[in-house]
Amino acid sequence: MEKSQISLTINDIPVTVEEGSTILDAAHKINLHIPTLCYHPDLKVAGNCRVCVVELKGNKELVTACSTAVTEGMVIFTNSSKVRTARKTIVELLLSEHNADCTKCYRNGNCELQWLASEYRIGDHVYHDLVRAEDRLADSSSFSIIKDDSRCVRCQRCVRTCSDLQDVGTFAVVKKGKKQKVSTFFGKPIKDVFCIDCGQCTSRCPTAALIEKPLFEDVWDAISEPEKHVVISTTPSVRVAIGEELGFEYNKHSDSKIIAALKLLGFDAVVDSGFFADIYIVELCTEFMLKMKQANEDAGNKVLPFVTSCSPAWKKFVKTKLPQVGRLLSSSKSSRQIFGTLIKTYYADQNALDPKDIITVTVTPCTAAKIETTNSRPPEGLTDVDFSITTRELARMIRQSGIDIERLEPADYEPLMSTHSGASVLTEASGGTTEAVIRTLTELVTGNELNPDMLKNMALRGENGIKETVIKFSEVKYGWEFLKDKEIRFAVINGSGHAAEFFNRFSDGENPYHFVEVMVCHGGCIGGGGQPIPVSFELIKARASILYSLDELSMVKKAHENDYLNRIYREFLSKEENKEALRMP
Amino acid sequence: MESPNQKRIDLIFSNYTSSKYKVLERTLQRPPDELISELMDSGLKGRGNVGFPTGMKWKFARREDAGTKYVICNANESETGTFKDREILELVPRKVLSGMAICGYCIGSKKGIIYLRHEYSYLKEHLQNEISIFQEFVKQFNHDFTIEIFSGSGSYVSGEESSLIESIEGFRAEPRNKPPFPVIKGLYGCPTVVNNVETFATAQVIFRIGAEEFLKLGTSYSSGSKLFSISGDTKNPGIHELELGTTIEDVVKEFGDKNIKSVQVGGASGYCIPQKLFAETVIGYEGLTTGGSMIFFNNSRSMYKVLHEYLRFFAEESCGLCTPCRVGTQQLLLGIEAVKRGEMPVGYIDVLKKLALSMKISSKCGLGQSVANPFISILDNFKEEILY
Repeated sequence: MEKSQISLTINDIPVTVEEGSTILDAAHKINLHIPTLCYHPDLKVAGNCRVCVVELKGNKELVTACSTAVTEGMVIFTNSSKVRTARKTIVELLLSEHNADCTKCYRNGNCELQWLASEYRIGDHVYHDLVRAEDRLADSSSFSIIKDDSRCVRCQRCVRTCSDLQDVGTFAVVKKGKKQKVSTFFGKPIKDVFCIDCGQCTSRCPTAALIEKPLFEDVWDAISEPEKHVVISTTPSVRVAIGEELGFEYNKHSDSKIIAALKLLGFDAVVDSGFFADIYIVELCTEFMLKMKQANEDAGNKVLPFVTSCSPAWKKFVKTKLPQVGRLLSSSKSSRQIFGTLIKTYYADQNALDPKDIITVTVTPCTAAKIETTNSRPPEGLTDVDFSITTRELARMIRQSGIDIERLEPADYEPLMSTHSGASVLTEASGGTTEAVIRTLTELVTGNELNPDMLKNMALRGENGIKETVIKFSEVKYGWEFLKDKEIRFAVINGSGHAAEFFNRFSDGENPYHFVEVMVCHGGCIGGGGQPIPVSFELIKARASILYSLDELSMVKKAHENDYLNRIYREFLSKEENKEALRMP
Repeated sequence: MESPNQKRIDLIFSNYTSSKYKVLERTLQRPPDELISELMDSGLKGRGNVGFPTGMKWKFARREDAGTKYVICNANESETGTFKDREILELVPRKVLSGMAICGYCIGSKKGIIYLRHEYSYLKEHLQNEISIFQEFVKQFNHDFTIEIFSGSGSYVSGEESSLIESIEGFRAEPRNKPPFPVIKGLYGCPTVVNNVETFATAQVIFRIGAEEFLKLGTSYSSGSKLFSISGDTKNPGIHELELGTTIEDVVKEFGDKNIKSVQVGGASGYCIPQKLFAETVIGYEGLTTGGSMIFFNNSRSMYKVLHEYLRFFAEESCGLCTPCRVGTQQLLLGIEAVKRGEMPVGYIDVLKKLALSMKISSKCGLGQSVANPFISILDNFKEEILY
């Protein structure tokens, strides 16, 4: 049914919008800026900061542009003296309960409250300082995020992100009046409560009340130690999005310039995560095939669906919220851990380096990847990944170094581990891991080359929370006869907010799907919690479209066709002592 | 002991022993539209602090096409200085239950909920008994309507209708964005009428005596009578039913102690009326709309302390959701303290006044919007007391 159109005027400019639009939507349509703070396009409307108040003719009180639906004939003023006075007062009040030592702040320069303060020229301290002493002590107990209540503006974006988008609910509002605050369960340190480290709160916090736990200083330290050989792996998501922080648009030269920048920062070697993602896909695919075989041989053995585990926050989510899924998770290491493992074994060997002298760093769009740096690998006691930094942290390092990326001469990856397939790029977008697995699976099971039509599975792309597809093989290789004409059902969970809904739909062992990919972040890694701020579903979609085009441009489309990968399997992974290297310890 | 000065009304608390739900029985035989227009004719306005026309509210809810609708009785009586709803529930609960049932009949709702202030939990058993008896009668009248008690979660803001609904749904008592108003989208998204205890009791009275009789009381703009909770410097504290449209002067003459210098009408969120305005201030929707709280202050009282106490109350009871109310209440409190101590110049009071006015137009609900009422009315009339 077509929605009816509503006409109104804003600052005497006539505008017509669809029924159900808000005043803010209507203002956007005529390119009129109304300041907001608690509003975020990805979240439910809250209407609690009151920064977006506007004057509605005939109304004594001001109304919030973000929450008020338009009605026919509405007359709105967004810049009357009444509005300006109220808005300025509100910003002053917000600053009075905010730790406003901006120069020392992690978000200095990228803070919505700071912008508002500068827009409204908040000069003298009109009001009393209300920052509570106990709030000045930030909670840095978590591996991934830091919560500083003295910088909280009570917009509750984190609460809505964590509960509504992620279905986690680490944060809630407690107490009322002057004691009201955003708190964890009973105010416990984040490490002691349920938090999946996804960092989605940090990318939606308007200030620095929630930030990723910065590790870039440690990385600088490692670089400056001459005896250390520091290897960094970058992911396509980081390269596609980092320009948003550094002020350039991604193009075909960006990758090689970012490599050049990383080398200038002092990294001894730069590799692409895609190579390890290819290994991951092959591992995942073979594990899945073995599970299928197992399920076929013993129907009572309910080993399916096979569930991916590469999203590190997902493992934590499962542990607390969906324990029944735990036994279904893939036992393969994530591509980041595979990177760490191979660098400290195969690569060390090839380059005659002592693994103890190697520092592995991943730069990812992910804050939860920081928890992977704590997994030490027995028996040597070496960690796979020593430091994990986010896109935002890398951008900061590049800014600190004074490098102008766009003027750099292109450079190349470490030749040993540089090749990657288009499939590996896809794994960074929701549904992409499944697409990549289908490409490899098809060729492994049928023995025939993949039909090019199957390179794009649109059902697995896009913004839906739960996506699915069915594959059938009419021809199969010897040994896989049981898969002939069998419907193999794939499901993709796009954001942890949909995971419980999906898994609780079926009782244990009755889930009809065979393969389930879960990414806790909306859009997959490309929408990770460590990506540039601001973020929105709209932006994530734009970033993902670059990933899809990178796949289309790639020469090698399938993970198992990566030449170097086959070499590593031949030379290293096939050896008896390395059989378990890529399994989770 | 009573002076004959003021006409006493006895509508709310009368006839309470004999009630066999005759009024309800009779009323349920009339068509709903007729009842709603009688209610509109009676000019009944909500007996809380806002004063929205009750008939109109019911009409809006009736117009909504929905399978489930709710009738909620707001018994969260939390405005400072009011205690009349407690008395109504204790003495004439049948009037309230009847009022709710009639409302349910008019708007097409089968479900009533009494949101009972937590501090009134001792009334629960009594009310529950009354509800069981009521339920029997309703069955006899072939009317499908059940009433449940919901024990309030204990905050001032739960008295605000959308916060009250949030509270019943199991969330923090915090106001919703309006529109949509509860009559359109209320409890669990269904059309919901939220009325005060006294409003339901008065509705029952109107259907008993008829709109015409009710209109004989009060003024053309403020029809009928209303309960007042009188406290403070008075020899005769308690609940008194008075006609609307009287002046503060009349009330003070009758109830006040000697040397009354001001009356706080409407509790913490109401207005302070100084002596010089007693004669010209009318209690009613044309003058001061009030939920019925009247607190008298005589010459011995410090208005600074009064204001300070109200601000302390607001800083504590603001739900903290919206910026102007959460931060503004704290700043007003700290502000008057600082001026009093001489840490801030006298002129700072003007900054605070501007702040209060901004809060009035930009807060999310009635709580933050009404902080300016006591603040400005006390400040304007007792400036010296506040400053020095």
